[in-house]
Amino acid sequence: MAATVETIEQVEQLGTEKYKYGFVTDIESEMAPKGLSEEVIRFISAKKEEPEWMLEWRLKAYEHFKTMEEPDWAKVEYTPIDLSDIYYYAAPKVKEKLNSLDEVDPELLRTYEKLGIPLKEQEILAGVVAVDAVFDSVSVATTYRKKLAEYGVIFCSISEAIKEHPELVKKYLGSVVPYSDNYFATLNCAVFTDGSFVYIPKGVRCPMELSTYFRINAENTGQFERTLIIAEEGSYVSYLEGCTAPQRDENQLHAAVVELVAMKEAEIKYSTVQNWYPGDETGAGGIYNFVTKRGACRGDSSKISWTQVETGSAVTWKYPSCILQGDNSVGEFYSVAITNNAQQADTGTKMVHIGKNTKSTIISKGISAGKADNTYRGLVKVLPGAEGARNYTQCDSLLIGDQCGAHTVPYIESRNPSARIEHEATTSKISEDQLFYCAQRGLSEEDSVSIIVNGFCKEVMKELPMEFAVEAQKLIGISLEGSVG
Amino acid sequence: MALLEIKNLHASLEEEGKEILKGIDLVIQPGEVHAIMGPNGSGKSTLSYVLAGRDGYEVTEGEVTFGDKDLLELEANERANEGVFLAFQYPVEIPGVPGMTFLREALNSKRKYHGEEELDAMQFLKLVREKAKSLEMGDDMLKRAVNVGFSGGEKKRNEILQMAVLEPTLCVLDETDSGLDIDALKIVADGVNALRNENRGMLLITHYQRLLDYIQPDFVHVMAAGKIQRSGGKELALELEEKGYADFTGKAA
Ligand SMILES: Nc1ncnc2c1ncn2[C@@H]1O[C@H](COP(=O)(O)OP(=O)(O)OP(=O)(O)O)[C@@H](O)[C@H]1O
Ligand SMILES: [Mg+2]
Repeated sequence: MAATVETIEQVEQLGTEKYKYGFVTDIESEMAPKGLSEEVIRFISAKKEEPEWMLEWRLKAYEHFKTMEEPDWAKVEYTPIDLSDIYYYAAPKVKEKLNSLDEVDPELLRTYEKLGIPLKEQEILAGVVAVDAVFDSVSVATTYRKKLAEYGVIFCSISEAIKEHPELVKKYLGSVVPYSDNYFATLNCAVFTDGSFVYIPKGVRCPMELSTYFRINAENTGQFERTLIIAEEGSYVSYLEGCTAPQRDENQLHAAVVELVAMKEAEIKYSTVQNWYPGDETGAGGIYNFVTKRGACRGDSSKISWTQVETGSAVTWKYPSCILQGDNSVGEFYSVAITNNAQQADTGTKMVHIGKNTKSTIISKGISAGKADNTYRGLVKVLPGAEGARNYTQCDSLLIGDQCGAHTVPYIESRNPSARIEHEATTSKISEDQLFYCAQRGLSEEDSVSIIVNGFCKEVMKELPMEFAVEAQKLIGISLEGSVG
Repeated sequence: MALLEIKNLHASLEEEGKEILKGIDLVIQPGEVHAIMGPNGSGKSTLSYVLAGRDGYEVTEGEVTFGDKDLLELEANERANEGVFLAFQYPVEIPGVPGMTFLREALNSKRKYHGEEELDAMQFLKLVREKAKSLEMGDDMLKRAVNVGFSGGEKKRNEILQMAVLEPTLCVLDETDSGLDIDALKIVADGVNALRNENRGMLLITHYQRLLDYIQPDFVHVMAAGKIQRSGGKELALELEEKGYADFTGKAA
């Protein structure tokens, strides 16, 4: 056994040695050549001035990637992605400068308005003005940083963390989602360009929602985003990713990886509002969102909760998961996934119970309209040592119209007889009675659908941080526009 | 000008083509309360739905004017915003939507429609609490999801609360008295009476003359087989209580 491992290592080493000198990388260039190759990975790493260990890790992932095949088990159909036709590194593009909001796509403005986004933020989102022109972003960032630093919280880009905090990154990167995990995650390991890094020291309750900062400073982090959040013993952090405003991106494939680590009695609350461009009515031009999100409850009595509102993308493939290692640790998954027109979503969660008395809760609300397809896929796995494990799963599907589909695929694997697993699933339709009742009280069809669907999603919406809940509610209505009648 | 004028209204089920309303004539003047009684299946609820603009019915003949508007030209939500209110025979449940939220959306839709400022959360709360109090409804009921888990009587009371908040000009109450205990009947009737004024018209659909002891109607109509067979004053209700509908159903057969 040991010999085998040694052999593998040796062979791997030979491999990397060989390539090390095989290529010359032009660091001056702003863009890597199209396509995926070792040269491109070296280019990215060099561009980011990464230490050697980081490059090695990327290359190891790439070697493994070459042996993998694209998964086809999810209930989604899409035109295959030509990986050789993608630019994996391009210096952040300066957005085309517009002179005023009058030059912005009116459709986009209408949506901003409905979401109630303040004018100044609209201007940033639409690219009329740079962030700095509105907020003094440098000083805002400094104010936040200062405050966070007082608490010892580290919040920076992952590239920065690789340079400034290599010991932390080395220790935790890939410790929850290993480089060999799955096709899209492995690809991400090889070519990720940026993302966020959060470290909360022992006993610290992060003094602010990390969303505020994120929102003001959101930059185009590209298609292969990498996030790592570490919460030390007894700490707490709430992180919000994404934006309710519709986001367009030329990059069709998005394959992000998010890793969370919660130590003893720590709690991480991770919320996502995803509203990538879903494409036109046929789905053309929409974004493929293939994400790997996983949290490890490493310490006893730790807790990780995922809350997501997914309304965008042409194809979504996403299963935020919790590995419940510590005794009495808790995993939660609250999800709203809306698909309209030709959108497809295959999402769900995995809860892996390893520690004693571990507890997981899954609340999934899937809404489909138009010709869309929505699948919940969930795995609850109880390992032999997980004495007294408990899971409660509730999957509700709501159909609007009769051309859409909803599917629930729960997998349960229990290897401990003391485990208690409960699963409830319902499928319903917005009834004509409900629509008429709302109309009779003066509500337009759009408002009626919005209020009914928000009611349906209530248990999930209430988990969202306050500041985003209102926008997310409106977003639900907007995503379903034109779905009835 | 009449508040509501229905002339020779014929309506059929859109899918089956079956005719339910077979020539209704009815005029309600501002301030009047009309009661409609009649056997099961005679088309009373259908009339209320057609007035409110529910999908699934086709008006094949006749006209309905509401003030100076052609009611049949308007969408259901426009009719509501114009001031037509239907208290449902079977109020509908909307899971997860707090009654307060629902009612506030409704009121603000109406205000927006009339070009008025929307009420903020505090103003609305004050208004709704005041109305709820007279109907003996507590905050807890307003926080619960619309009609979900409500008893039959609570649902009906909730309809009247909505009516009181929205202040419609035409109130159509479809069997609001069914399922109410004696005390609740009194509370609901008081609520309805409080809304009576010289501008507002009411159409009460009921099976029981008892309601009419509390809410005194100006006119009583007997509907059978999709038509108004006879109209009169309050005494007609007493007569029906005694004799039943035999006279009318016989005629209709
Ligand atoms: N959507 C429908 N599909 C089939 N039949 C219908 C539909 N709507 C109404 N009807 C029929 O039309 C007739 C009138 O129904 P309606 O509900 O108006 O009666 P009603 O006078 O309100 O009766 P009740 O006193 O029992 O409430 C009934 O025979 C009913 O079965
Ligand atoms: Mg009826």
